[in-house]
Amino acid sequence: MTYRPEHYVDQTPYDPQEDIRKLERPDLDAPNWKLIWRKFKRHKLGLVSGIFLLISYLMLPIAGFIAPYTPNERNADHLYATPQMVRLFHDGQFIGPYVYPITAEADLENFRWNYIQDRENPARLEWFCEGRTYNLFGFIQSDTHLFCAPEGATVFLWGADRLGRDIFSRILYGAQLSLTVGLIGITVSFLLGISIGGIAGYFGGRVDWVVQRVIEILRSLPELPLWLALSAAVPSHWGPVAVFFIISIILGLLDWPGLARAVRSKFLALREEEFVRAAEMMGAKPKRVISKHLLPNFSSHLIASAMLSIPAMILGETALSFLGLGLRAPAVSWGVMLNDAQNLASIEIYPWTAIPMLPVVLVVLAFNFLGDGLRDSLDPYSDN
Amino acid sequence: MDLLRYIVFRFFTMILTLIVVSALVFFIMNLPPGDYLSNQIAELRATGQESGVAKVEFLRREYSLDQPLWKQYMIWMGFWPGPHGFSGIIQGDFGWSFEFDQPVSEIVSGALWLTVMLNLATVLFVYIVAIPLGVLEAVKSKSWVDYTLSFIGYLGIATPNFLLALILFYYGHKYLALPIGGLMDPQYEGQPLSWAKIQSVLVHLIIPTFVIGTAGASVMMQRLRANMLDELNKPYVETAKAKGVGPIKLVFKYPFRVALNPFVADIGNLLPSLISGSVLVSVVLGLQTIGPALLTALKSQDQFLAGFILLFVAALTLIGTMVSDILLAMLDPRIRYGGRGK
Repeated sequence: MTYRPEHYVDQTPYDPQEDIRKLERPDLDAPNWKLIWRKFKRHKLGLVSGIFLLISYLMLPIAGFIAPYTPNERNADHLYATPQMVRLFHDGQFIGPYVYPITAEADLENFRWNYIQDRENPARLEWFCEGRTYNLFGFIQSDTHLFCAPEGATVFLWGADRLGRDIFSRILYGAQLSLTVGLIGITVSFLLGISIGGIAGYFGGRVDWVVQRVIEILRSLPELPLWLALSAAVPSHWGPVAVFFIISIILGLLDWPGLARAVRSKFLALREEEFVRAAEMMGAKPKRVISKHLLPNFSSHLIASAMLSIPAMILGETALSFLGLGLRAPAVSWGVMLNDAQNLASIEIYPWTAIPMLPVVLVVLAFNFLGDGLRDSLDPYSDN
Repeated sequence: MDLLRYIVFRFFTMILTLIVVSALVFFIMNLPPGDYLSNQIAELRATGQESGVAKVEFLRREYSLDQPLWKQYMIWMGFWPGPHGFSGIIQGDFGWSFEFDQPVSEIVSGALWLTVMLNLATVLFVYIVAIPLGVLEAVKSKSWVDYTLSFIGYLGIATPNFLLALILFYYGHKYLALPIGGLMDPQYEGQPLSWAKIQSVLVHLIIPTFVIGTAGASVMMQRLRANMLDELNKPYVETAKAKGVGPIKLVFKYPFRVALNPFVADIGNLLPSLISGSVLVSVVLGLQTIGPALLTALKSQDQFLAGFILLFVAALTLIGTMVSDILLAMLDPRIRYGGRGK
């Protein structure tokens, strides 16, 4: 579609003495990042997604503070507790955020727990209260929680799972692993993709041929069975942290071919440019030419493609953990949580155990929108 | 003649790739320390059943697990004589599954056909859904039709396959009386092919196909939309419009054909993801494809079974890619046969 700039009329009266070399529209001569930002702002969905992701990631180190419970805190009296609503008005009177306490009652006919609300005694939530200890930012020990239920009551915003653990808290803790898997994976994939793709594109010839074949082979393999095979190779006696890192690295190891291919084709085109020739004439080593002259030319493109591959890794981790080959309890991730919602019975009877799919879907959507927005705005001089 | 040469060339590249892939698969299978039998020996020793050890040791020799790794690979593939002469994958001997105590070929024989069928059905589904919707989106671009379809498309990409499977299964059964689990009604299992059996399989295929195909269809829909928009904005379309060509002919006569071209090429990207999806969804829905067998085999280090399934899945993908390349070469005369240019 042809793009027409909006009709622009300068309101100031015509001044014949004016310096004609002065810029007519100084706003079009802004630095690159400003132009990008200006264009990105117009992509509303991308902007909202970006803000959502920023908040999500900022919440990771303080997840323990926001969550009312710790992830593996069991409540034997509240197995599969139903979600509790936070209400504000009791009997038409404002008393601040409160929940109705629930008590379990055994249903011996269907062998499940029924939860009865005690509508008489609203339990007001406490703020900045003391609970179990957790580590803020990973190392500051603290026991202050943003909110928790008063003595004798519980606050399960999104219900509890089969061991009576709070799903809301577990989702917050799970985000710590689920969201960082993508970051570590993408780092691995970028290091490999840029260096291998860069070498192939810069040197060309035989190196290029070999790299191309390797890329073709790796791309033609279905990802999931390979992920499965590689994660099955992780020794089962390793600790959760080691498993987490190795899973992220596995996800990254199989992701680089696509990136390497993009880098390579870009390099093939760029290395013929004059500025590369000039740098070489001045005696720059290949490493310098690649990192100082070639890469900055499409770093923006790289960022956009990173945003589009992170969700694949998040989904990958979820799938692996769901199948029991990824992270394992006591580690908490969204995939591990969904492992509990694996059968039809839990979807039917305890639909809230499937709630962790909501953050998965939201985060993946957000990354996609953000990636789209960035891709559209990273070239500020294009018209679409 | 050129085309024939290209086909032959493409076929040999595929075979070569497949051999490399088989080595890769074998290597991955042997990454974990030990193997099924040595684990079993350790277990027997630990429980004091020394008598069983001799039998397992015999099995180890029988399946050449005591050989160096490269030799094991050669024997597995059938490039090297094992204890009983040449007997590997290329001779049609797929090995023995220790976990199920059966030849691999027996375990997978039924599952292979169902896997191929499920994936074919999914590819068909992806095309049937993505092509009309993508065109519709492009023609009605920037309208509510476009936005709704885009949103559904994004949702399709973002929802994890296996959850979609569970949820659709539940609601499909509850409201549409679609059957749960399996690829056919139990009474047809092991029965000869009949019309009723085919019907049963078809009904059972509805949800799996839908689930596996959604993500692929969404991606394809987006891409077709972008391609179509590029084409529709070209001057020749405007000329045609100015000359009074009707709306349907305007879209389908040229722009559609050009926009569709990258699609056949794209099947190479589509297939790996579909097959990945089918493995996962089969596990969740309990379909008798090779997915669940792969998972069990991987978990218990049953290397011949897992290795064969991985190889088969890779072969399926590679053959699909090859077919798509050949189709593309037939459809688009601009594709250069033989080696790639500079």
